[in-house]
Amino acid sequence: MFIQNLIGAQNTRRSFLSQGVTGIGLTALAGLLDPKLLPGQASGNELASRGVLNPLHHPPKIKRVIFLCQAGGMSHLETFDHKPKLAELHNQPMPESYTKGQPIAQLQGKKLSCFAPQHPFKKYGESGNEICSIFPKLGEVADELCIIRSMRTEAINHDPAHTFMNTGSLISGRPAMGSWLTYGLGNEADDLPGFVVLTSLGRHGQAQPIAARQWHSGFLPSRYQGVEFRSTGDPVLYVTNPKGVSRKKQGEIVDAINALNRLQYDKVQDPEIRTRIAQYELAFKMQASVPELMDISREPQHVLDLYGTKGADGSFAANCLLARRLAERGVRFIQLYHRGWDHHGGIKNAIPKTAAEVDQGTAALIRDLKARDMLKETLIIFGGEFGRTPMAQGNGRDHHIKGFSHFMCGGGIKPGITHGATDELGYNAVEDVVSVHDMHATMLHLLGVDHNRFSYRFQGLDMRLTGVEEAHVVKKILA
Amino acid sequence: MRVSPIFLSGLLALFNLSPACGQEKSTIDFNRDIKPLLSDRCFQCHGPDENQRKADLRLDEATSAHESAIVVGKSSESDLVDRITSSDPDLVMPPPDANKKKLTPAEIAKLKTWIDQGAKYQGHWAYQKPARPAVPGLQQLHDWSTHPIDRFIAKKLENSGRTPSPTADRRTLIRRLYFDLIGLPPSPGQVNEFLEDRSANAVEKVIDGLLSSQEFGERMAVYWLDQVRYADTNGIHGDNHREHSLFRDYVIQSFNNNKPFDEFTLEQLAGDLFPDRTNQQLIASGYNRLNMTTREGGAQAKEYRAKYAADRVRNASVVWMGSTLGCAECHDHKYDPFKSRDFYRFAAFFADIEEVAVGAQPAIKLPDENQEQELEVLASELASAKNTLEKRTAERNRFFQSFVEKQAQKLKDARPVWQSVIPLKAGSSGGSKLKVQDAVVSSTGKNPDKDNYQLTFQASLKTVTGFRLELLTDPAFGNQSLARGNGNVVLTNVLAKYDGQPVRIKNAIADFSQPNHDIKLAIDNNRATGWAVSGHTKRENRTAVFIFDKPVDTSGNGQWTIELMHESIYAKHNIGKFRISMTEVLAPSLKNDTGAPGAIVAILKKEASARSQQDNERLYRYFLDHSTAMSQPRKAFQDLQKKKSEIEKSFRPILVTKTVKPRMTRVLPRGNWLDDSGDVVTPGVPSFLVQIPSKNEKDQIANRYDLAKWIVDPNNPLTARVFVNRLWKIAFGEGLVRTPDDFGSQGSVPTHPLLLDYLAVEFVDSGWNIKKMVKTIVMSKTYQQSSFADEATLKQDPSNDLLARQNRYRIDAEFVRDNALAISGLLVKQVGGNSVKPYQPPGYWEHLNFPKRRYQPSMDQNQYRRGLYSYWCRTFLHPSMSVFDAPTREESCVQRPRSNTPLQALVLLNDPSYVESAQAFAEMLMQGSKDNSKRLEFAFEQALNRKPSEKESAILMKIFHEHQKEFAADEKSASDSIQTGLRKPAADLDAKEMAAWTSVARIILNLHETITRY
Repeated sequence: MFIQNLIGAQNTRRSFLSQGVTGIGLTALAGLLDPKLLPGQASGNELASRGVLNPLHHPPKIKRVIFLCQAGGMSHLETFDHKPKLAELHNQPMPESYTKGQPIAQLQGKKLSCFAPQHPFKKYGESGNEICSIFPKLGEVADELCIIRSMRTEAINHDPAHTFMNTGSLISGRPAMGSWLTYGLGNEADDLPGFVVLTSLGRHGQAQPIAARQWHSGFLPSRYQGVEFRSTGDPVLYVTNPKGVSRKKQGEIVDAINALNRLQYDKVQDPEIRTRIAQYELAFKMQASVPELMDISREPQHVLDLYGTKGADGSFAANCLLARRLAERGVRFIQLYHRGWDHHGGIKNAIPKTAAEVDQGTAALIRDLKARDMLKETLIIFGGEFGRTPMAQGNGRDHHIKGFSHFMCGGGIKPGITHGATDELGYNAVEDVVSVHDMHATMLHLLGVDHNRFSYRFQGLDMRLTGVEEAHVVKKILA
Repeated sequence: MRVSPIFLSGLLALFNLSPACGQEKSTIDFNRDIKPLLSDRCFQCHGPDENQRKADLRLDEATSAHESAIVVGKSSESDLVDRITSSDPDLVMPPPDANKKKLTPAEIAKLKTWIDQGAKYQGHWAYQKPARPAVPGLQQLHDWSTHPIDRFIAKKLENSGRTPSPTADRRTLIRRLYFDLIGLPPSPGQVNEFLEDRSANAVEKVIDGLLSSQEFGERMAVYWLDQVRYADTNGIHGDNHREHSLFRDYVIQSFNNNKPFDEFTLEQLAGDLFPDRTNQQLIASGYNRLNMTTREGGAQAKEYRAKYAADRVRNASVVWMGSTLGCAECHDHKYDPFKSRDFYRFAAFFADIEEVAVGAQPAIKLPDENQEQELEVLASELASAKNTLEKRTAERNRFFQSFVEKQAQKLKDARPVWQSVIPLKAGSSGGSKLKVQDAVVSSTGKNPDKDNYQLTFQASLKTVTGFRLELLTDPAFGNQSLARGNGNVVLTNVLAKYDGQPVRIKNAIADFSQPNHDIKLAIDNNRATGWAVSGHTKRENRTAVFIFDKPVDTSGNGQWTIELMHESIYAKHNIGKFRISMTEVLAPSLKNDTGAPGAIVAILKKEASARSQQDNERLYRYFLDHSTAMSQPRKAFQDLQKKKSEIEKSFRPILVTKTVKPRMTRVLPRGNWLDDSGDVVTPGVPSFLVQIPSKNEKDQIANRYDLAKWIVDPNNPLTARVFVNRLWKIAFGEGLVRTPDDFGSQGSVPTHPLLLDYLAVEFVDSGWNIKKMVKTIVMSKTYQQSSFADEATLKQDPSNDLLARQNRYRIDAEFVRDNALAISGLLVKQVGGNSVKPYQPPGYWEHLNFPKRRYQPSMDQNQYRRGLYSYWCRTFLHPSMSVFDAPTREESCVQRPRSNTPLQALVLLNDPSYVESAQAFAEMLMQGSKDNSKRLEFAFEQALNRKPSEKESAILMKIFHEHQKEFAADEKSASDSIQTGLRKPAADLDAKEMAAWTSVARIILNLHETITRY
């Protein structure tokens, strides 16, 4: 039986792939990952996909997305949006024309005064992209980045803002973008989930909670749910055998379950049983492939040095390295959360430390993917659920939704440009405004999907990631 | 008519292909055939939403449509047909850029036929009041069944030339009934009893038994709790704990008591508004508080009030009306006639609910139904115990007389515990004059702000263990109380010396201390603190006792000095009148000479004839409380009191509804909470439905009670249909309407519309009797059919629209867990209570914050409770639950998906709850028999309610022998692999053998069949 073959060999993913999977294994497996669409797969057609969108709407530029979420609300004013005018008005009242009738979070009803950018900006690379000095390593890859200074979102508190960023809706219970992608496009990894989440904890800002709804599949079938890979305990929940049970025994148990399930299939001919059998095979493979994936000890020293991590320590840098490994294995949507950007106070001292936690890892990921010729087929998105106010909150900044910054980089995106702008105080995005839905539309576009034509019927409506309002692909940033 | 005969017959053939259209073949039915097409392709621009309407054309109502786009009876002359058949991309409808599916030739043909037949409109089916349809007569299937449900089903089968499946075999049937009605598998004994019962009503007996079991309510609650989004946490940001389990238990009990659905509805929406409402009705009103709430700092009250209002509209409209009224928050509904105004008027019903917009929600404590019953019983027991204790009989009176005499005698005989002392000297530091009369000292003359008294007296006892200070009231004092100032006293320090040597006071007690002014503060050597007695408000003598570190030997008759200091910031709080007494008893206390309180002593000291009526009553009370003769009835009474207070202490907190002055509700343009330009609205139901009868002029505004009454009014076209459809779903896995959350234009039409109406009318006529309706459904032959479907059948009717068979599907998340616990004998059947915590991977909650928290699994019997009691953390639902499609309950869930994933395999293989179940199951097998094949047979009976086949036995026995051999060679693994969880493996069984049986048990618990309802 194939599982026993598997155990016999040195059980790495490579040996699994080279030995090949026979019989019901791969067929059923592929069937469950992309229920309808095996034939298109074989044709080599560039519009073929493994998901429900087959063919794709247009030829894709990229295969996958890595979303580096700077959770807590990264200040745009100390990262990517340079505002000298704000420095001039430091400590002076914020002009009321900006703030009247605006949604304001903790500063509601308080005196509003301007707060100068706390760290200097520099122009980097040939592109002259302007980046704050707290990101020296990102400065070195500035020519790869497309900085977007005109993001806008709809929710001013962390939880709903993440929900909106991930699902395009303020109402809980809608699918996360990673679920949409794996539903629409399928997964290219045979022994890993198509939507993987990694988290790290910052030490220099409030660690806001992150709800599992951020990677929930909502009304889409739960097999499209994001799976969290963890740095402590089981890397995937329940992936470890019970105590006292060897991999060999576990394999025999899975074989027996499937043998009995096959007998049952012969009796009742329920196709669900075939899926169940395939799922047990996949689960057993994941029990080997996940620990193998998470084990970065065999990465060469220069790679560990590049990322600035000693090993699997749960840091953002280590997660960036894992993101590359997941990308190599064909995972469709990889999402990293770094929980540490909620700088309501003490922003001057704290933000360089938070930046240092993500700077090198992010730059390393970009370089590493490029070196492996994978950057061109990957979209990296970097940014938080919202930005921060130009107004002071003590010596920090409050939540802000009317204008903030992200960067994108990778396949199909113009490198070395800055797109859009906020007003001179960094309050409102005023030029080439990019809504969250526009960001979603652009991401889908790069994947070969017309966001208007990608929907799922729920409660009588054709639900879209990009919602009911019109959303636009940000054409100006497309290569 | 220009339609060619050939085309027409082709058209009819097309209709025949679609099984859903089997009931009436030749005429077009607007609701069944046309409305879904128009709704899906046209209404977005030509429907109810004025703001989106194009070309001023409405196709959702006859007048507008007949005026312009449709020429009645003449499809060829109708613009509509021109446009849908046009090949010009600028003209064709729906336009290519609308992202609507193109109309197929069959659909176009339908529309043409409909126009030719008169383009008749009907109101949407779900908004017409259901009328009781006649039960159809049958031909070929006439003898199949007389059950009304079966007649409706068979009619459609006849029309499509199909026949029903045979009845399921008895083992499958009983297993199905158990899973559907109680969410647990039958035991082998229950299966055998049923197999042996050859009586005609054997099935009915099983059904009746299940419907009257406690587990029925638990099973039904699982579905209802999904709908109303019951959870243990508030769901946003910190996702903090919110105790609401009383509500869950109310739901369980309501189903078990077969509470009529109309009452169930009224209580939840408006339990607080019932006149003379009961605690249970108040708990039911907790429904209105199940929405998610936030405590996040910086969250805007106004924004969150708007969110909570919208949440309630979405929930109530989907739960009771199967309507997506929630879609009208930002705009008029695009497909159904709900206006945005309807949304906000509906929201206004809930504007009277008291709640905190941002922050913790204060809870109140209430008894659950059992506690209430217990308290009721206790109240009558207490009354009778009190009566037993207090009643006067001749015998009692004799006891009483003798008790009083004995006490009085004891008092006379007793050596006085306290000996009052007469000071030789009484000095004041502040300049007052201390007068001594007998043993009583009074402060007179100047009344300084602060004053320290120094009293000197001769020792008279042989040893002294402590002294007593009595503060005495005087009518001349402030407030006629204890001091010359405002009547209150602050005694900051007390010192004692014997023969010039300080004596340490180790403890002090008093019969009363003012809050924050305990007597201990008078011996703490701190001038800033002291003992005070509320003398300015209370006018009573006070007593304090000061206890020495060690008994002082005073046999040498030396001199005592006692200092009473008044050095607090409170001026003139100096003791006005007092007496000091010394004692030699080993443990000085406040008690008097007989151990009786002062008042009783005073009465006892009187001659019997001098005692007043009141005196005698106090003595009698004292007798009841202290006489050994009364100890038995007294203990009986006290035990009951203790029981009562324990029950009261264990009341659980819950958020209930409290009505306050309604907040103003405005229409929010585009749902924007910052926009105050919208109209103010009063509560009201959607304008196109039957309205709530208007109230008298004084009391114009409808409230939640009116809303609830309207929902369960027999004239409401939705409620009964929506609910019976969900009961149907419990019995078939799918509703007759496949979108149980949407009965609107975009929802599915019923597969059997007349049957749905029949059931809805029956349900209302039965008095909304839930158990009766469930029984009606499961007694039908339709329900009892086999679920077998081979590939050919599946191809013919993949979604089983004809119901020519039962459905088969994986059981719900909670029941997957319950099933494993039941099979392994670990299940603890206890109904209700606080939520419990099954094992959960460590660190799973690490992303939660404010506060950070650690999940502590239940370490007792609660570990083995049913899944419905598992702690429901909305942002991090237990992973095993979530993997099997349990919803997070952030929003209403009317239909769980049924997925089949590798993560489910990992849970069943490796989650400690399932591993521990396998170990317990293995132990059960070994204890049941010594014979391996008997053990295996029992395992199958227990888990699958059938015997294993030879092939199955061979596979399992092979793995058993192999693993037994391997475990024998590796005893550590063997003992490790039977130690998961809280329970300890039986010591008298062989660990290696048990480990091997555990392998077998794990295989059986992982089978698809084990978690499937056939």
